[in-house]
Amino acid sequence: MIASLFSFKGGVKPAAHKDESAQAPIAQAPLPHRLVVPLRQSAGGAPLPLVKAGQRVLKGERIGAPEGNFSSAIHAPTSGQVLAVEARMLPHPSGLSALCVVIEADGDERWIDLVPTNYMTESPDALRDILRDAGIVGLGGATFPSHLKLKPGATGRIETLIINGAECEPWITCDDRLMRERADEIARGIAILRHIASAERVLVGIEDNKPQAIAAMRAALATSEGVEVVPVPTRYPAGGERQLIRVLTGIEIPYGRYGTDFGVQCFNVATACSVHRAIDLGQPLISRIVTLAGNVERPGNVEALIGTPIDELLKLASPKADTDRTILGGPMMGFALPRTDLPVTKAANCILAASPALFPPQGAELPCIRCGACTRACPAELQPHELYWFSRAKNFGKAQEYGIFDCIECGCCAYVCPSNIRLVDYYRFAKSSMRALEREKAVADAARERFELRNLREEREKAEKAARLAAKTAAGRQAAEGAAAKAAGAPAAPQAASPEEKPLPALDEQKKALIAAAIARVETQKVGVQPRNTDNLTPEKQAEIREIEARRNKVRELAKTPPEEPI
Amino acid sequence: MFTALLVMAGIALVLGALLGFASIRFKVKGDPLVDKIDAILPQTQCGQCSYPGCKPYAQAIAKGEAEINQCPPGGEEGIRKLADLLGKEFKPLSAEHGVEKPKQVAVIDESVCIGCTLCTQACPVDAIVGAAKQMHTIVSPLCTGCELCVPPCPVDCIAMVAVPETVETWKWRYPIIRLKEQAT
Repeated sequence: MIASLFSFKGGVKPAAHKDESAQAPIAQAPLPHRLVVPLRQSAGGAPLPLVKAGQRVLKGERIGAPEGNFSSAIHAPTSGQVLAVEARMLPHPSGLSALCVVIEADGDERWIDLVPTNYMTESPDALRDILRDAGIVGLGGATFPSHLKLKPGATGRIETLIINGAECEPWITCDDRLMRERADEIARGIAILRHIASAERVLVGIEDNKPQAIAAMRAALATSEGVEVVPVPTRYPAGGERQLIRVLTGIEIPYGRYGTDFGVQCFNVATACSVHRAIDLGQPLISRIVTLAGNVERPGNVEALIGTPIDELLKLASPKADTDRTILGGPMMGFALPRTDLPVTKAANCILAASPALFPPQGAELPCIRCGACTRACPAELQPHELYWFSRAKNFGKAQEYGIFDCIECGCCAYVCPSNIRLVDYYRFAKSSMRALEREKAVADAARERFELRNLREEREKAEKAARLAAKTAAGRQAAEGAAAKAAGAPAAPQAASPEEKPLPALDEQKKALIAAAIARVETQKVGVQPRNTDNLTPEKQAEIREIEARRNKVRELAKTPPEEPI
Repeated sequence: MFTALLVMAGIALVLGALLGFASIRFKVKGDPLVDKIDAILPQTQCGQCSYPGCKPYAQAIAKGEAEINQCPPGGEEGIRKLADLLGKEFKPLSAEHGVEKPKQVAVIDESVCIGCTLCTQACPVDAIVGAAKQMHTIVSPLCTGCELCVPPCPVDCIAMVAVPETVETWKWRYPIIRLKEQAT
């Protein structure tokens, strides 16, 4: 039993709007005709496609191979035929396209052969590999590959495992319904996560506005030793990883470090559920629970296959006529989709239909009046107004000094701002610009180094060539001097033969000797380079070769003599 | 009077010796200004500035031999940074040295390449792999987009392709406050 809860600073209490969608049980979304599965669905590198257009795939078949250890696999959500592997628009604020696998469902839902694993007999490393190959990523929204989060950090082990069932963002109830309906599966997943991390204790943090979920989880975990369900006060963003760790353990994790460095790690309840399915049933992550809410007739939660078009899902909740845009994610951290025919990804926890009445457009942006409301609301204990000025002035160095990378973009500052300043937009702009600058700098540094190395190499090669040349001429000169000395000893025959000719100066004599020496060298080289393949042959073959050579020489002789005049 | 002179002369000698020692002991090797300028330059090594590489151009700027607006790949932003660093007035990019282009990389049409190695010799950052009479290819993450490999190619098989924006390299836009919205 933990003695007392800690608290994080700041935070806001927006209207929860959870009751609308939390009433009905999780429905199964109908199988769509066509699924678009983006290959890049987790932090880290994009997996490589394993299928080609025209190929048949089974439900759960791997279609994207994790590249390196820093990414997670992608699987076919249903059986059918691959129509294309091509760039399609992603549900991403940029509206850019990336490689997706388009699958036409055949309606059979035929699974691959599922191989369950007994986690008690496997090593943690083997289990982590299974999680990577099953495509398990954090389903809370950040989609960080789970197998990486289970690696022990600087302390060498994970003492406390935190299971995040806080679900603090308004409107979203997918984790709430999951905990109410599938608490047993979550409990199995928790046991596996605990085994992999060899954690001593497990704390399940659930916001106290979800009493049914708390009761269900308590019932499911009643027999587990060292596992405790802790209701945490309802305050946005209590479900932020760092905030929940702070509330439950009092540990504050600085930017650039991970929870494992302090012996804690945090997983979402839905992630625990998918871990259970991956290990105990052998099922990869191919579906998730999505909340459909906002301006709709029948709000609720559906279990949807990854790759289901968002507009088809939203139709299940029958959006009202005055819906003017669709928001992916909650009202605090989500973004308006550029189009609604985009696919559901592993990160998509909520689809909100928005209308001007429900989410009134933010008023005009007014000047900052330095009221300090944002600073009081900031859960990361930053000074949002300072960050705003620096980001707005593109003074990135100062923004970094004031800890802009500690910002979790929760939107509390913009929520409380009386001047309606879109603070988070400025931070996102500054952060992504700084990351781009860093990338550019790394590329420039690499280019500088390669350029300098190339110059060094060229200089060295030049010097080596000069040295070789000098050595060669010195050797040649010595040989020539020797030859000249010999020539001087012999009678001067050429001079006697042509007395009119001026006697050649000694220098020319030396040059001549040099040329003679070079010719001699070439001759000896020629002799040396006899074809080697004639050495190890039978005497008959050698005789044959000699015959052929003789014939060749004869022909050469014939060619030298002028042809006879035809009669 | 005499003692005062002696004392002053003594102090001058000691301080002089100290200064002399410091000038030898703490001598700055190289020109720190050149390194600072070089850090701003984009390291394309393209030679469009009429110097053989970014470092020589940085040295020329430090000596005052070159203008700060001769680097097209660095663009307007690069000129602004150089102007800030050197306390000079901003100048628009000099037209004779080229125009600012979006980032691009060279791509070899491998079916046309005859393996002459002329482009590998021209590449300032060794980003082209290939041997004589073997097909060449460009290691695109290392390519600076300097275009130096394009003119030597005897079969014109090298094309410059703009680098597309991906989800990984995408940047959030600067928030724009619409005047219309402001007016309401």
